[in-house]
Amino acid sequence: MKILIVEDDLEAAGYLVNALNEAGHTADHAADGESGEHFGTTQQYDVFIIDRMLPKLDGLDLIARLRAHGVKSPMLILSALGQVDDRVTGLRAGGDDYLSKPYAFSELLARIEVLARRSSGGENETSYQVGDLKLDRLSHNVERDGQSILLQPREFRLLEYLMRNAGQVVTRTMLLEHVWDYHFDPQTNVIDVHISRLRSKIDKEFEQPLLHTIRGAGYMMKA
Amino acid sequence: MLQVRRLLRVTAVRLSLIYTLIFGLFAVGLIYYVSESTVGALYRQTIDHIRDEVSELQLIYRRGNIGRLVRAMELRSRAPGSGVYLITDPLGRVIAGNIQELDVRLLQTAGWRDRPFAYRRLGSALSDEDDFAIAQVFILPGGMRMLVGRDTGEPARFQSIISSSVMVAIGAMVAFGLLAWLLIGRRALVRIDTVSQSVSRILDGDLKERLPLSGTGDEFDRLSERMNALLQKISLLNEGLKQVSDNIAHDLKTPLTRLQNRAEAALRTDATKEEMRDAMAQMLDESNALIRTFNALLMISRVEAGSVPLEFSELDLKQVIEDVVELYEPLAEEAGVSLQVEPQAECHITANRELIGQAVANLIDNALKYGSSTTSEGAMITISVSEIESGAVISVADNGTGIPDGDRERVKERFVRLDKSRTRPGSGLGLSLVSAVAKLHKGELLLEGNAPGLRAILKLPVQRT
Repeated sequence: MKILIVEDDLEAAGYLVNALNEAGHTADHAADGESGEHFGTTQQYDVFIIDRMLPKLDGLDLIARLRAHGVKSPMLILSALGQVDDRVTGLRAGGDDYLSKPYAFSELLARIEVLARRSSGGENETSYQVGDLKLDRLSHNVERDGQSILLQPREFRLLEYLMRNAGQVVTRTMLLEHVWDYHFDPQTNVIDVHISRLRSKIDKEFEQPLLHTIRGAGYMMKA
Repeated sequence: MLQVRRLLRVTAVRLSLIYTLIFGLFAVGLIYYVSESTVGALYRQTIDHIRDEVSELQLIYRRGNIGRLVRAMELRSRAPGSGVYLITDPLGRVIAGNIQELDVRLLQTAGWRDRPFAYRRLGSALSDEDDFAIAQVFILPGGMRMLVGRDTGEPARFQSIISSSVMVAIGAMVAFGLLAWLLIGRRALVRIDTVSQSVSRILDGDLKERLPLSGTGDEFDRLSERMNALLQKISLLNEGLKQVSDNIAHDLKTPLTRLQNRAEAALRTDATKEEMRDAMAQMLDESNALIRTFNALLMISRVEAGSVPLEFSELDLKQVIEDVVELYEPLAEEAGVSLQVEPQAECHITANRELIGQAVANLIDNALKYGSSTTSEGAMITISVSEIESGAVISVADNGTGIPDGDRERVKERFVRLDKSRTRPGSGLGLSLVSAVAKLHKGELLLEGNAPGLRAILKLPVQRT
């Protein structure tokens, strides 16, 4: 995956470039809004990571210009502002996701991978399959190895989101955002309990676990 | 001199000076006008008198001869009054009249001498002063000169009376103005000085100091009262800030120390790779918790400052509560707490969904953490929402140990954690955020006893946006 990082803090950007390289992606770095626009319009990127406060051209303006140039790739906004309604304005300006500083790299990585995948399709499939676990989005049927599994509506949405992003790390905050539509950070392990409940329904009686806990990052569905 | 210059800088003094000046100019103008017109009228009257007399004398002259005229002049000269008469021969020698001395040039040509001229009256030799008169001069056949006029002593005296009274009046006015100005100005100056001295003391750091009030309720007092209210607000905010920064310093030091200790311990021992990874993961958790605390703090201060324009929308509290309860339900079950929502109708208010959701989550989180420990009959959290006239009331009640009466206000403050909960995880920010969210929605957070346990009540008024 090719990623453009537009960030004026050189140390943070350097760290990001290295970490993304280690995760198997290539990353370019632009230090201000104008060069970000230059890079973004002359080369193809799968994902943009854009700091909100940039010299020369503000992050939100940069996004607007890139969109005006017809750039369709998903854009993630990084911001030190990061509270309550900042995300709303950020997303309204054309960003696809929003992360406030300080953030864990694992959270950022999980989010851009999901973003890139979403933009390359997969959103509109009517059914998902991971190993022998199948989920039908239209009939809400879930079965594993031919055995039907009964899920609560919220459990279904949780599994649906995990399966849509199968093979990718999904963090707790991403789950809270997409399944419950809340963006606050629960102070306790609320999400973990939901996961273990779901796990007891889909994994417990089977030999091969499909729902994995990724330490320090989140969860992943993988066969 | 310095005192005067300072006085001049006082508004009251400047204003009274300007008023005195303007009023004085008007007064002078008025008096000048009155005196000019009166004196002018007096002069005109004098000239008319002279004309009348001249025409009488002309009649006498025409009827008789020069002898009769001289006699008539002599008669008139002796009569008491202000008439001035003189007849001379062509050489300037006096034939008749009541003038003793006169500038002879005045007699050289015929015509009006209507500017007062100096002369000396016959018989007034005792005084040194000249008299003044205006007159008409004729040249009679044979070169004789005749002067008929009137003394102008009266108009001149009148004029001098007026001008001296003007002087006195203006002098008195200026003196009085200056006096009033000094009194008013000094009073204002004293008041302002005391205020600015108080302000200097406050600037020097004594935020407890207040501006003095005179008790008259005048504009100075009103201003001072408003300033005092402002100071009160500032010192409250300041105190809050101080307490918060103390708390932050204290409460962030603890996890930072733990973080440091872990890193040092991991570096010191000959740890295996696996142990290293474990230590790192623990450190990561610790720093994530720190970040969460920071975010919560930031959120609270932003919500409290009300500086962010928040998105308010119409939302159904019942739905919000069901969502959050659903989120916490597995956790409660795991902790052996039953989470009950009292049946309720939809309850629509205008609010920020994200913040209300988080507030309810914090209340439930709190009830789970501190409300579930003691009872034998099984811990239970009851959540309800009801609509009252002025808005909505969300209640989260537990049957745990509760909070002692004296601590209920305190726990809403940032980082305040009661001693018995110090050992358990938590940032001490949960209720502060709920309280801030309540304030932002112009509502309030009440903590009441639930015998046993705690009942947290979030009151949200109907928002009109």
